Amino acid sequence: MPFFLPNRGPGRLIIVEGIDGSGKSTQIALLSQWLRLRGFAVAFSEWNSSPLVKETTRRGKKKEMFTPTSFSLIHATDFADRMERYILPLLKAGAVVCADRYAYTAFARDVVRGVDRAWVRNLYRFALKPDLAFYFKVPLETALGRILGGRNALKYYEAGMDLGLSRNIEESFRIFQGRILAEYESMIEEMGFHVIDATKSIESQQKEMRRIVLREFGTVRPPGVLGVDLNAARLHA
Amino acid sequence: MPNYRDRPPLSYYRTALPGVDYSELQGKLIVIEGPDAVGRSTQIRGLKPWLEELGHAVLDTGMARSALAGKGIKEAKQGNTLGPVTMTMYYLTDFADRLENEIIPALRAGVVVLTDRYIYSVMARALARGENRAWMERTAGFALVPHATFYLRAEVQHLVSRVVVGRGSFDYWESGLDNGFGRNMHDSFVRYQSRLIKVFDSLAEPYGFEVVDATRPPVEVFESLKASVARIFDAPEHSQAEDSRKPAQRVQSIRSAKAAGRRN
Repeated sequence: MPFFLPNRGPGRLIIVEGIDGSGKSTQIALLSQWLRLRGFAVAFSEWNSSPLVKETTRRGKKKEMFTPTSFSLIHATDFADRMERYILPLLKAGAVVCADRYAYTAFARDVVRGVDRAWVRNLYRFALKPDLAFYFKVPLETALGRILGGRNALKYYEAGMDLGLSRNIEESFRIFQGRILAEYESMIEEMGFHVIDATKSIESQQKEMRRIVLREFGTVRPPGVLGVDLNAARLHA
Repeated sequence: MPNYRDRPPLSYYRTALPGVDYSELQGKLIVIEGPDAVGRSTQIRGLKPWLEELGHAVLDTGMARSALAGKGIKEAKQGNTLGPVTMTMYYLTDFADRLENEIIPALRAGVVVLTDRYIYSVMARALARGENRAWMERTAGFALVPHATFYLRAEVQHLVSRVVVGRGSFDYWESGLDNGFGRNMHDSFVRYQSRLIKVFDSLAEPYGFEVVDATRPPVEVFESLKASVARIFDAPEHSQAEDSRKPAQRVQSIRSAKAAGRRN
């Protein structure tokens, strides 16, 4: 059985995946901007951002109430809400929807938390298959260096503290991210990810993404895809 | 279509939950199911004190009552933008939280868990809205098999009269207005609840529901529920053996349970 429902368009769905610190959010922001400037109607959707479940997620995190299963399900609720109310209707309208993380995040994270692999993959069957899925491949130490160097304190679930991997939050984060990385790596071929070498410069990664978009979508805005008819609607790499 | 009739009580249907210990669950899990306004809560209000009088500790629980998601679901239903898959997922979150944090601990402690609706209502609502059955069954497969599921069944006209006489008006969600089943609340209620009944009927055999005629007066329904519940406690330790008993023995056990009830 296929993992996802087909995107019957006419819009296009582009998603990015990778571990924390892989640089995927920077890249999808740049790509959205580039598409917008070329006249495309672009929408953006971020993992765990639905206002509908915000309070529940906040409550669960604050009081550390989540089990692997309820953690998985609340994220599926968030995803379903964004899918039903935002992503699907916009794709039907003809927008290019860019998503920062997708169901693959759940496939990797929830499985690391001990959730049954077949169960979580079935859970997300209502999701639409992305037209383009970019995976930002980065060595664990590089990603850890970006996260641990730059930001404030790690959070409990973010560091996988609920798994009891280590009492030291930084150590827990290392082990947790390492396991998620292994899950992602094992999905690359199966899921048809376009792999971006995330150790390269921001500019060269972006160049590679744009090249792939042009190759897959063509240089002219496809019929049914919404946008403004600028001369610039012709894509230039 | 898979059939779960032979799954022993308190095992999971398809998928084990991570980090959950299934050993030494010794309480009883009793489910009251059925469409809206069929009289489930009336029966639970009677069954709980009756069970307590017999000396059982009882946990009563029901949909959207979890510490984690109960409040969020109620708030979400105040709005008008809750999609069918989102609603299903939110109810599953609520169910998982109650299963892991209330129901399983209670069963471990030997408590009788009496639940107003179970995973079947989550499934029924999704299926009545056109979601895929295989998807739903796999997703819901982490639920525990109850000792008994009593499906309070009535035709839709019976539900309509209960709503009108009992509450005086139709409810937005009970009428399935989110999915636009009809041109007005009455028509929508009738169409949506008819679909729900059909779905419950289709779940009855594979999930081993005991169908209870809920068109009878509540007192009569209560008497028949008491007799059936008593049988659960009367069954030998491994209740799979129950089905192999002869009908005469069953009647006997109902009588003795009734007698026990009177003695208490």
